[in-house]
Amino acid sequence: MTEFTKLTLADARDGLHKGDFTSRELTEAHLNAIEDASELNCYVTVTADKALEMADQADAMIKAGDAKGVTGIPIGIKDLYCTKGVHSQTCSHILDGFKPEYESTVTSNLWADGAVMLGKTNQDEFAMGSSNENSHYGPVKNPWRATGSDKDTVPGGSSGGSAASVAADISIAATGTDTGGSIRQPASFAGLVGLKPTYGRCSRWGMIAFASSLDQAGPLTKSVRDAAIMIESMAGYDPKDSTSYDTPVPNYEAALGGDVRGLKVGIPKEYRVDGMPEEIEKLWQQGIDWLKDAGAEIVDISLPHTKYALPTYYIVAPAECSSNLARYDGVKYGLRVTGDSLDDMYKKTRAAGFGDEVKRRILIGTYVLSAGYYDAYYLKAQKVRTLIANDFKAAYSKCDVILTPTAPSAAFNLGDKVDDPLAMYLNDVFTVPASLAGLPGISIPAGLSAEGLPLGLQLLGQAFGEEQLLNVADVLETAADFKAKPTKWWGDAS
Amino acid sequence: MSKLYPGATGDWEAVIGLEIHAQVISEAKLFSGAATAFGAEPNSQVSFVCSAQPGMLPVINEECVRQAVRTGLAMGCKINLRSIFDRKNYFYADLPQGYQISQYKDPIVGEGVVNIDLEDGQTKEIGVERLHLEQDAGKSMHDQHPTMTYVDLNRSGVALMEIVSKPDMRTPEEAAAYFKKIRSIVRYAGTCDGNMEQGSMRADVNVSVRRPGEEFGTRTETKNVNSIRYVTQVVESEIRRQIDLIEDGGTVDQETRLFEVATGTTRPMRSKEEAHDYRYFPDPDLLPLEFSQEFVDKLAEEMPELEDAKKERFIADLHITPYNAGVLTAEKENADYFETLLAAAVEKTGKPVSELGKLVSNWITSDLFGALKKLGKPINESPVSVPHAAELLGLQLEGTISGRIARDVFEIMLETGQGPEEIVEEKGLKQVSDTGEIEKMIDEILAANADKVEEYRGGKDKLFGFFVGQVMKATQGKANPQVVNQLLRPKLDG
Amino acid sequence: MSIDKDTVAKIANLARIEVSESELESTVGELNNILDWVEQLGEVNTDGVEAMTSVVETQLPRRQDQVTDGGYRDQVLKNAPQSEHGFFAVPKVIE
Repeated sequence: MTEFTKLTLADARDGLHKGDFTSRELTEAHLNAIEDASELNCYVTVTADKALEMADQADAMIKAGDAKGVTGIPIGIKDLYCTKGVHSQTCSHILDGFKPEYESTVTSNLWADGAVMLGKTNQDEFAMGSSNENSHYGPVKNPWRATGSDKDTVPGGSSGGSAASVAADISIAATGTDTGGSIRQPASFAGLVGLKPTYGRCSRWGMIAFASSLDQAGPLTKSVRDAAIMIESMAGYDPKDSTSYDTPVPNYEAALGGDVRGLKVGIPKEYRVDGMPEEIEKLWQQGIDWLKDAGAEIVDISLPHTKYALPTYYIVAPAECSSNLARYDGVKYGLRVTGDSLDDMYKKTRAAGFGDEVKRRILIGTYVLSAGYYDAYYLKAQKVRTLIANDFKAAYSKCDVILTPTAPSAAFNLGDKVDDPLAMYLNDVFTVPASLAGLPGISIPAGLSAEGLPLGLQLLGQAFGEEQLLNVADVLETAADFKAKPTKWWGDAS
Repeated sequence: MSKLYPGATGDWEAVIGLEIHAQVISEAKLFSGAATAFGAEPNSQVSFVCSAQPGMLPVINEECVRQAVRTGLAMGCKINLRSIFDRKNYFYADLPQGYQISQYKDPIVGEGVVNIDLEDGQTKEIGVERLHLEQDAGKSMHDQHPTMTYVDLNRSGVALMEIVSKPDMRTPEEAAAYFKKIRSIVRYAGTCDGNMEQGSMRADVNVSVRRPGEEFGTRTETKNVNSIRYVTQVVESEIRRQIDLIEDGGTVDQETRLFEVATGTTRPMRSKEEAHDYRYFPDPDLLPLEFSQEFVDKLAEEMPELEDAKKERFIADLHITPYNAGVLTAEKENADYFETLLAAAVEKTGKPVSELGKLVSNWITSDLFGALKKLGKPINESPVSVPHAAELLGLQLEGTISGRIARDVFEIMLETGQGPEEIVEEKGLKQVSDTGEIEKMIDEILAANADKVEEYRGGKDKLFGFFVGQVMKATQGKANPQVVNQLLRPKLDG
Repeated sequence: MSIDKDTVAKIANLARIEVSESELESTVGELNNILDWVEQLGEVNTDGVEAMTSVVETQLPRRQDQVTDGGYRDQVLKNAPQSEHGFFAVPKVIE
């Protein structure tokens, strides 16, 4: 039965369509595997009954000949997505007990196409973090460990539970969200494909907001093809989201042609940051060579404001979050800690309900927006953001896609960086610039570190250039031929 | 020129500015599809968006945009083709998002000027600083429970126009006249119903005092003043209080105050008044609001006639006295009643408006208003409908009834609500114009009063009235007085 | 620009987060570390640069003026910590 959990989404789909097995069998296998892998803490709630019900509906769809790419595929949903009647708390204590009366647009799209929800996956609280150690429900353990080590590593964040679930074969694919790298960085840490589409490609309606101008939905999958199938279902214009972009959703899978001859791949010199591990530098060069061998033209480009992307992000994102999270006040939903006045109730509720990192960002955000500091911090950052976006525009006059490493390191050990917020922030150094410019990016597993941990390469594309991006990613994936899997140490293996 | 207030130490001048909040007439709220109707059950007109549930997003209502532009046009203001929605951040029980979506640096409507009419017949220009669109908050009820405040979010998210004046007013009369004028403008433009009892319109009143010609003094802001009379009272009491305070050696605190209806004075808000820091920043859930000049021009073309233009037209085209024109246009309902009745009268009689205008306006301002005043009813609750009033005027103009009978019929109409033709028919009040019948009657009267005829012919002209009276008496007032005159004179003169 | 305990207390109050005296101390250090780091943006010349308002290059969509939502009070109140007679209920506020 374990076979079922090893399948890629594309293979599972083909098997389902051919009638080799049913969605119920596939779903049951995953539910069993989830139980076995509970110590990874990937899921904060498992919706087994609902999953089986959905699986049966999917089987009926397939029988009726109405199957889509994701029909019958059991997937994990990041807790941040509102799913009707189901735990949707963005892994924060402040949303204790919250079960929305509505369904997010992205998950609605997936369910309409017949996908099956296994449960809600663990994440950093409000998607703030790069290691999944900021969850109210405890950290997620990465199924990957350094060779010969029994130390737990982090799965990256904030979509850590989603990443670990796919890596541990307890979901075929999972949804994540990416604000500054929260899909791509965990994909890199867990040996997966992680796609952050163009801002506006997926609706944000029903996604619990962290930073509105940056948040985007996307999938974590076992292959580029799987990512193409997932995003096709998730994406689409939504009149309920004013920042959603009205353009048709193409058949992304059809874009995977395997041909990149003549394509110009930009290599930004500013991404060669000080102190970057040699093995990452080498992997990057390897990626350049693979694409060159496939017929692409390599172009040196410059993104001069790269260095300022992280500080810009750490002004803009906290500013937006300080306002977005004001609604969590103990009045309408979630946690309430009683106080002797309304203000006292607010302060006690928010002090108890938010974790340290969330509080830190709310305070930073409140400060940078406050009277006398707005111009120096927030306005300045939004101007630098314009310059960063302009850098990309200029670069794309010279190249079609950009190749960079995804993260400056492989997965680190659990607990290593929790006491140093700044060191944690630096994880996103390569992913944040594209987020600020709203551009799509994808991380592809490209090799293993000396310690035997996965490393990813990142491709960045042009606005709504997901087809081209996926096509190049497909070529890179084929060249890298990354087949490694974590050695099972959890559940029945221990 | 400007009015001064004497104090113990010399004269003072008051400086007054108003921020008027006018609820936009629209079916749905500013950023959600929930209804705006007044008086619904608590929280029955609340969506997930207007209760700030996690992941919910705003989408702007295009009619609210049009209404703001119309209002701006009606005040002769500059319309900004690009404006930006900002978040105004603060915590309050009836502010579910923890911020209000408003417009800060870039409002939809810029500067303009309105003319106010003062009691001495003069007019004064008052500058309008801006108009911006924003969301209303919900409603807190503090008196329903000994230890709890109840929150109803029906109003939460309803569109408001905040109209900010320049500090151009100097007296309570000017402040009241300005408030009244803005109310008239929005009501004529059809953008706000101006219903102060239901909270559709309210003003924040800013008052400061200074020595004539000196710099502005420290101002206080009295919130949510919801009648024209209260505005007068707030301004009067604040001027007095501030002068007394300063002359006693004190200083005016810049503070928010509340109006107490019972005493007609203001008091500071009891809640702890911390320095507000609203941390405005552009709402990242929305894009800048942009429209074309053509969009504005089209709305301008479709604008209804406003008070000032209507008044001028009444005087110029309808030959109505300036006083009556002022009375008829002061309230939109009066003008509507007048114009509808005039049109009905034209149709009934076939006479031109220039001939009927004066008659109809006199009838409304004297007969109808007199009766309504006695009944204590507003014009839209008049027991005499427009068709009935037109019938009555028609009967009079045709000569079917005399002016005196018309007044009697009107009294019956007020009491019974019956139509005038029906009343005239029922009571046999038709005027007698049959010359044969009247001639016969005159002959009888002259024969019976031969002595008086002699006296008349002897030079006692005044007796003519006596004979007319006798004829009218004999016909119970139904004889056409003109016919009586025409026939009586030659017979008497012999 | 370095912030002190009073400033942190002030912004914590603005953000309605209770911070104890002992937490204040460590928070001052953490926030200053972050603020010192972001201050490098001061190096960038942004004269004449428009601040980013949105990365989406499109027009703000507008909805029609129709009642399409609301009318489900029970669902709106369903997750409320306390509701009474159809209202949200909070500790009494004195204006």
